Amino acid sequence: MSLTEEDVRRVATLARLELSVEETQKFRGQLSSIIDYIGQLNELDTNDVEPTSHALDLKNAFREDVCERKFDKESWKSNAPQTGHGHFRVPRVIEE
Amino acid sequence: MDYTAVIGLEVHTQLSTESKIFCSCSAGFGAEVNANTCPVCLGMPGMLPVLNKEVVSRGIKLGLAVGSSIARTSIFARKNYFYPDLPKGYQISQYELPICEGGGLEITLSDGSRKRIALTRIHMEEDAGKLIHGQNLGHPDSSYVDLNRTGVPLLEIVSEPELRSSEEAKLYLEKLKTILEYLGVSDCNMEEGSLRCDANVSVMPKGSDTFGTRAEVKNMNSFRYLQKAIDYEIERQIALIEEGGVVVQESRLYNPDRNVTISMRSKEEAHDYRYFPDPDLVTLEVSDEWVEDVRNSLPELPDAKRTRFMERYSLPLYDADVLTKSRDVADYFEEALKTGGAPKTISNWIMGDILRIINERSLTPAQCPITPVMLGELVSLIENKTISGKIAKTVMEEMEKSGKNPKAIVEEKGLVQITDSSAIETEVDKIIDCNPGQVAAYKGGKEQLIGWFVGQVMKATRGKANPGVVNELLKEKLDKA
Repeated sequence: MSLTEEDVRRVATLARLELSVEETQKFRGQLSSIIDYIGQLNELDTNDVEPTSHALDLKNAFREDVCERKFDKESWKSNAPQTGHGHFRVPRVIEE
Repeated sequence: MDYTAVIGLEVHTQLSTESKIFCSCSAGFGAEVNANTCPVCLGMPGMLPVLNKEVVSRGIKLGLAVGSSIARTSIFARKNYFYPDLPKGYQISQYELPICEGGGLEITLSDGSRKRIALTRIHMEEDAGKLIHGQNLGHPDSSYVDLNRTGVPLLEIVSEPELRSSEEAKLYLEKLKTILEYLGVSDCNMEEGSLRCDANVSVMPKGSDTFGTRAEVKNMNSFRYLQKAIDYEIERQIALIEEGGVVVQESRLYNPDRNVTISMRSKEEAHDYRYFPDPDLVTLEVSDEWVEDVRNSLPELPDAKRTRFMERYSLPLYDADVLTKSRDVADYFEEALKTGGAPKTISNWIMGDILRIINERSLTPAQCPITPVMLGELVSLIENKTISGKIAKTVMEEMEKSGKNPKAIVEEKGLVQITDSSAIETEVDKIIDCNPGQVAAYKGGKEQLIGWFVGQVMKATRGKANPGVVNELLKEKLDKA
């Protein structure tokens, strides 16, 4: 299966990546071969196999509904690239 | 051409748990900005979400209450989208294998008929944060993010497209809210956003069975806006089709100030959520015991309560409906009944004065200055003819003001009804003697003047005369006069 350049641009947009024309062509080839490689699995008959939802055979990892403050009220700021008016500050996301 | 509207609702309700769905931060409302956050809900690298068991119990609870089938195996998925209200870049939700499938609830239409609205599914997910844009808080080129709400547990309840008008949509949401409140899974405070609703709306020619293209209307945070937004959207689509246009599938935002819906197309570029099972969360298995434990904890639900009120207390459907809309009001009613008053009389007072008082003052029934016992005593005073219904109104006002019990008020103010007919007779004679003109007119055929005479007697006795006795005596005396 061969991806189109349009496919690559779409994936890049969803991943918030900006690709040059050269990169788009380069990744088109690489992504296509990855998909072909994974595609070999389609040769197997999986009709009687339960779909896997998790790699671990674990079930029911819970916590009880208990509220606990583990971090200081101000600690959210420590990794924020930008803050303002007591909030995280980001580029404006909707226009007027 | 005539059109039929087709509406399905997606309702999000915040659960009133102590902690968030995947971390131990408080799920409460109104904390300092970003104070209720930790690496898990901030989406820091290496964090590991762990499911709050109580959220699952509440999902099961709602599912059982609306007759859904509870999935014995259920999984969480990542819904990927890029927006600053969601620091991980994805929302943990359920896609395949949600906790509940199917079920439905019944609404009562204005003509009294019932309609069952089927549910598609109910699933668990985390809420996103809150954004404030530009000058509303600070710099015009910035948005500001408060992540306290990120990770607060939500149940999303999806209906089948079986609603046919904005009125039905409103009734459905009201019923769902009632059930959620009865169950105590959510406080359903619409102003604080704990009950939110999106509507999928389409129109089709009347009689057709092929649905038109739907638009999703978002941002309706009150019952009034829900109805107005849906009505606007139905009109918009019909006008568009009549002009030869086509409806496009898109999200539209309701603007309550202008009462219009606005396309969000420019903002949502290529919805592609790329759902996949979240590797951070293991499979959820719900045992039969767990389901049975939750089933045993279910309270009496609104429909069952309404039927019981009609059968046990001989209340009309309307009364039973109003009283059972809120569990607190229903409890108030049954508490008042314990004093021995007649159910229908107590119901009348609740539907009238008590609901007015608590709505005007935004109180819960439990906070009402007139306690159920006080109301019950008031009704008993009317029933044993100590006071008239009219005087009872005065006593009610006084109870509201002073919080004193009705017997004390009646004694203090000397409001005991005069049922002694000789005392009333004196007043009746006086009125007849002093008003020969009216008496002549009455005898000449103006029989409606009887009301005026009754009024005069009531005035003279400061409302304390028993109106039945007054009427009887007046008629008798006027005929002889």
